[in-house]
Amino acid sequence: MSASKIVVDGIAKSFGDLPVVGGVSLDVGDGEFVAIVGPSGCGKSTLLNTIAGFERPDRGSIKIDGVERSGPSRNGIMISQHGSVFPWLTVQDNVVFGLTGASQAERMERAHRYIEMVGLSGFEAAYPHELSGGMLKRAELARALVVKPEILYMDEPFSALDALMSLRMQTELRRILDEERHTVLLITHDVEEAIFLADRILVLSPRPTTIQTSFQVDLPHPRKLSDPKAQELREAILKELGL
Amino acid sequence: MLLIALLLAIWWIMVARSDGAIFPTPGEVATGAWALAQDGTLWRHIEASLFRVEIGFGLAFLLAVPLGLWMGWVSAAFYTLNPLFQMLRPISPIAWIPVAILWFGVGDFSPIFLIFISSVFPMMVQTTVGVRTIDRRYLRAAANFGVSRWVLFTRVVIPAVLPEIIVGMRIGLGVAWLVVVAAEMVALNSGLGYLIMDSRNAGNRYDLVIASMIIIGVIGLLLDGATRLLEQLDTVKWRYVR
Repeated sequence: MSASKIVVDGIAKSFGDLPVVGGVSLDVGDGEFVAIVGPSGCGKSTLLNTIAGFERPDRGSIKIDGVERSGPSRNGIMISQHGSVFPWLTVQDNVVFGLTGASQAERMERAHRYIEMVGLSGFEAAYPHELSGGMLKRAELARALVVKPEILYMDEPFSALDALMSLRMQTELRRILDEERHTVLLITHDVEEAIFLADRILVLSPRPTTIQTSFQVDLPHPRKLSDPKAQELREAILKELGL
Repeated sequence: MLLIALLLAIWWIMVARSDGAIFPTPGEVATGAWALAQDGTLWRHIEASLFRVEIGFGLAFLLAVPLGLWMGWVSAAFYTLNPLFQMLRPISPIAWIPVAILWFGVGDFSPIFLIFISSVFPMMVQTTVGVRTIDRRYLRAAANFGVSRWVLFTRVVIPAVLPEIIVGMRIGLGVAWLVVVAAEMVALNSGLGYLIMDSRNAGNRYDLVIASMIIIGVIGLLLDGATRLLEQLDTVKWRYVR
């Protein structure tokens, strides 16, 4: 793996008297997919929000490409559980939203390409309230990918979907990542989702959260969860989580 | 519809049986209204009232929306101005009538000012609340894409608040219509409010009083219906579905 994309060094974060993140250090390589699993309420989202620049750490530092992170940037786009597709814009306008520079025609062309990639062709003129949960996720993914961010921050992106749609979106995400190289930091409570997608899995402790263990996932894609090695890994991670 | 027919029937029967000389039957009201419509005075009064509402409400809208956006976005503006507006807001527009006459005389300006005063606050409050309750995830998404302030305002903040602005417009226009009639009863020689007072004073023409009241109700309904059409806009539908 080449130079580190994200270097997190001993960050801690409290809300009032409540320590939420308690000294987390981690490295994410360029193009690496790291999944972070942990018990609910352990501060996973706070950790990710801090790394993505939406919250300031109380101490510690975050470096992206060796540069100190000071706030959110279009170089790393967040996709969260509840989604943030603008309900007042059509799918097309949502996807074009983050695009700047380039001519009008070029923007349309790029939006079109990504709408196609996520499988939303034919829904360009639809408003979000006319779409299903899965389609909304696709729109959000397209809006993120179209600005060519080097990093994707994903906070339980598919957990609001039903089980079947969640599985389908995982497969789609994997396919897209094969086409477009991105560094991904995924927060999830779904161990199987982590094993299916990630190169490395970090297990967090309860609050104030720290990194408890790290697992390398050396399985070729496309992965089968029925693979004995995957099952073994799943057992090991669940054991770390105390199950 | 059936309910209205029933009420009309009850009204008619009650008046017929009480054989009072003053209170008119629905038939007399309709005839009176027809006569007014025929000689053109009715249209003149409706036009005068609508004109005042248009100007007063329009001015209020032009001031309330930018001010509301500003107060919603800038906390310092909110904490400085909000107490003042909260104090002015509960003062009934009727209480302003003497002041309006003092400042603007007995012309068109008085009712326009009263309409302005009464409709500016609800619109401003709705807009401010709208801005302050924008879902944080949308603002975060905009920050994430690093868009300019112009894009942030035109593509995120204003569209997010638009449904609240429309609610404010409905309330504001409703109040404006209430107030114009009240104002015209006191100070003017045209408008539906004046028509009511004039009909009473000119020989107890209660048929015309009732006719005016019904016309005021119907126009109020139409005005509300017109603002409700705004709720059908594609960019605000998200707020009203589900």
